[in-house]
Amino acid sequence: MTKQVQQLDRVIIRFAGDSGDGMQLTGDRFTAGTAEFGNDLSTLPNFPAEIRAPAGTLPGVSSFQLHFADHDILTPGDAPNVLVAMNPAALKANLGDLPRGADIIANTDEFTKRNLQKVGYAASPLDDDSLSEWRVHAVPLTSLTVKALEGFDLSKKDAERSKNMFALGLLSWLYHRPTEQTIKFLEQKFARKPELAKANIAAFQAGWNYGETTESFSVSYEVKPARLAPGVYRNISGNQALAYGLIAASVQSKLPLFLGSYPITPASDILHELSKHKRFGIRTFQAEDEIAGVGAALGAAFGGALGVTTTSGPGVALKAETVGLAVTTELPLIIVDVQRAGPSTGMPTKTEQTDLLMAMFGRNGESPVPIVAPMSPSDCFDAAVEAARIAVKYRTPVMLLSDGYLANGSEPWRLPEISDLPDISQEFTTEPNGEDGAFLPFKRDPETLARPWAIPGTAGLEHRIGGIEKADGTGNISYDPNNHDLMVRTRAAKIDGIDVPELAVDDPDGDARVLVLGWGSTYGPIAAAVRRIRKSGGKVAQAHLRHLNPLPANTGEVLKSYDRVLLPEINLGQLALLLRARYLVDVISYNRVRGLPFKAEELAGVIQDVIDSD
Amino acid sequence: MTELINGKGLSLIPKTDAKQGLKDFKSDQEVRWCPGCGDYAILAAVQSFLPELGLRRENIVFVSGIGCSSRFPYYLDTYGFHSIHGRAPAIATGLAASRPDLSVWVITGDGDALSIGGNHLIHALRRNVNLNILLFNNRIYGLTKGQYSPTSEVGKITKSTPMGSLDKPFNPISLALGAEASFVARTLDSDRKHLQSVLREATAHRGASLVEIYQNCNIFNDNAFEQLKDPEVRDDITLRLEHGQPIVSATKAVVRGANGGIEVVARDGVAEDQILVHDAHHPDPSLAFALSRLDEPAFEHVPVGIFRQVDRPAYDVLMAEQLDEAVAQKGPGDLSELLLGGDTWRIG
Repeated sequence: MTKQVQQLDRVIIRFAGDSGDGMQLTGDRFTAGTAEFGNDLSTLPNFPAEIRAPAGTLPGVSSFQLHFADHDILTPGDAPNVLVAMNPAALKANLGDLPRGADIIANTDEFTKRNLQKVGYAASPLDDDSLSEWRVHAVPLTSLTVKALEGFDLSKKDAERSKNMFALGLLSWLYHRPTEQTIKFLEQKFARKPELAKANIAAFQAGWNYGETTESFSVSYEVKPARLAPGVYRNISGNQALAYGLIAASVQSKLPLFLGSYPITPASDILHELSKHKRFGIRTFQAEDEIAGVGAALGAAFGGALGVTTTSGPGVALKAETVGLAVTTELPLIIVDVQRAGPSTGMPTKTEQTDLLMAMFGRNGESPVPIVAPMSPSDCFDAAVEAARIAVKYRTPVMLLSDGYLANGSEPWRLPEISDLPDISQEFTTEPNGEDGAFLPFKRDPETLARPWAIPGTAGLEHRIGGIEKADGTGNISYDPNNHDLMVRTRAAKIDGIDVPELAVDDPDGDARVLVLGWGSTYGPIAAAVRRIRKSGGKVAQAHLRHLNPLPANTGEVLKSYDRVLLPEINLGQLALLLRARYLVDVISYNRVRGLPFKAEELAGVIQDVIDSD
Repeated sequence: MTELINGKGLSLIPKTDAKQGLKDFKSDQEVRWCPGCGDYAILAAVQSFLPELGLRRENIVFVSGIGCSSRFPYYLDTYGFHSIHGRAPAIATGLAASRPDLSVWVITGDGDALSIGGNHLIHALRRNVNLNILLFNNRIYGLTKGQYSPTSEVGKITKSTPMGSLDKPFNPISLALGAEASFVARTLDSDRKHLQSVLREATAHRGASLVEIYQNCNIFNDNAFEQLKDPEVRDDITLRLEHGQPIVSATKAVVRGANGGIEVVARDGVAEDQILVHDAHHPDPSLAFALSRLDEPAFEHVPVGIFRQVDRPAYDVLMAEQLDEAVAQKGPGDLSELLLGGDTWRIG
């Protein structure tokens, strides 16, 4: 039987199962195949903080959503076209997001009485008509896998464990994904256990063959490669891009990278990644706590390294005093905050934009810190280089505000030409700058207001710095009232004077009356929503802030040139507070703090409401 | 007797041929401790000791936390970093781990090192970061005006403990030994000769050296160590620790006890070969730990000197070795190769 092939322009798949079912791996492999095939894509992993939550329960559900298309896309998608549900909990937890008519591939083997009871199903939804509005494909994934692996020297449990590869094979068939890379990947992953490698490959192929032969699937789908800008691409997550950006910053600043860090979700992968690249002269230091992580980074910066610390919100709270020390000693330092849902421990694996005001103000005294925020997973690379540029040029700590959505999400990344990366190097000071060979550690560059960076080992420039207020120029301890006022204002002026690019506005016809403004990871959903509005004939302008401190010089002018400014944030209006105070503009906030990114449809509705509110 | 393999603490730090004197290490800043403070004696001892090392002045860095003693770096004409309360070991760790060519000193006090910064101290010691840590122990909070400290004796009456403190004090030597320190010593602010002899060994030690300096705070805890200074009794109660020498004071000796531990007995009537001979280089810290407990609780006999001095690779060296090994295995890092390292595809 030749099966029908249907062309689609885009598909959203969600793999969902127990946290032990290997859904993240399955999603990663499907993503790799999709990237290799040449679709544009965007991913959204969503998993519990617990390593193994109780099996079969709702809190234990782990999912991975992938959106891929034959054109450029901006988000992991609002609503899945296909849900792979490995157990009843996965079905129940995700059904609410599934539009009517979507496909559900359910692993019938797990729909046992006990598993159904665990999540409150009185009877199996596969057996009654409660799912009649969806297209349900009931597939005994586990038993098919076990059957396919009968010839292998494996326990039943080990054979069952390969069911995620069976599912991957089936989905790979359904969407015409290439298979070579996954086979190669499995061979490498289980290089030391060849029997497991063979079994997983066999399960993967059995899943593919099942799709081809079963009558449960009469149609397969093709999504043609996307016509993206020419170049070499790879798929990359935000944390990996950020780590690569820091390595690039080290190379481009000609400074050895020193990372002081303490493991914390969702930032730890940056530490893991950087620790693999010692060939670049990178020192990674897993400190005893968050405070020591930033302290060591600052100490290394005093010695002439590119000092970096990586953390998430609770860690930033602990590091605050040391960041203040970096502000007053005016040393370069990068603090990476991969924001997560708070307050306190909050929801460690869920995303939020709620650390903006902490980054701005979360220190004692007047202690301004520049803030840079990436807008997509791959943009974490450029944002890291930009943060380093500011830190080194202006001798200041810089906050780099990523978040959980960027950190774990991934997308194709067009690799930059190395020759196009900016040279962000600065010379260390090696000569005295005062009269009679004196060295004045706080005599500033008149243009940038940066102080000299003279590192230990430089003869004749021996000097002392510290947390106590310093006399202008000499840096000696000073309690002089006017000197303190001068130093406070000068440190502020230095940060205010940082050269940041103007805020660009996307307003194709130039006649929109509503501006949607965003910062950080909301770029994708906002841009996708703006597209929808424009597609239906609506007029809306879009601008996105990468620099939160200082704000681009034209920010006020841009805000005031529109009748209304809408600002969606995954917080309760933190940037809105700053903009209202600074520019006296009546910014309209739209806020949700659900631990999840915005959906494009949701934002399109909000934008339309603002447009219509004339 | 265990011998040290090396004492190359200074081998990676550039030397100078120029003749140095005490004046070369004095900064132009006015020293602002209370008159009579023990810190003056320590500062003078350090300033007059440093020329002996023959190091380039610019390769010496003093890092401190917060407290009276932490003003120390301002008074030395070297590089200096007066940081925040308790964090000096952490900041110094980043500096020392990334700059093997520096002689990095940490100046701290009992509050700074053992209260707010206790965590950083123990981890710097176990990692064996190449630091000379001078812990000025005056058993009181000075800069905050006289509250009890983590080394104050139980029952201490202070502003914050009008009915006496309840907390069992830390013994800094025991703590350091428990934290896997490779060099642990105790000396006294007023005994310049001994202080400098300990500094000599501490600087020759590559790795973390913890030197507890009994320091008198004449304002808030005067005469805390008077017994060790009083000519009438000091020779009786001071047990000198010298590697390879019997552990004795003028009138007392340390011997093995019946229960397997050690005890202090009258020197008279003990055969010389019964007296414990100090082995600071022994890999097992048990005896050093036992010695560190001898002064408790009455401060009747106090071991002074180097408790422990053993070879262990310093953190910066181990870290640098890994970087070298990575380069040896795969060559120096190449950014273009890194970015192209994953599964890539070309469009157009």
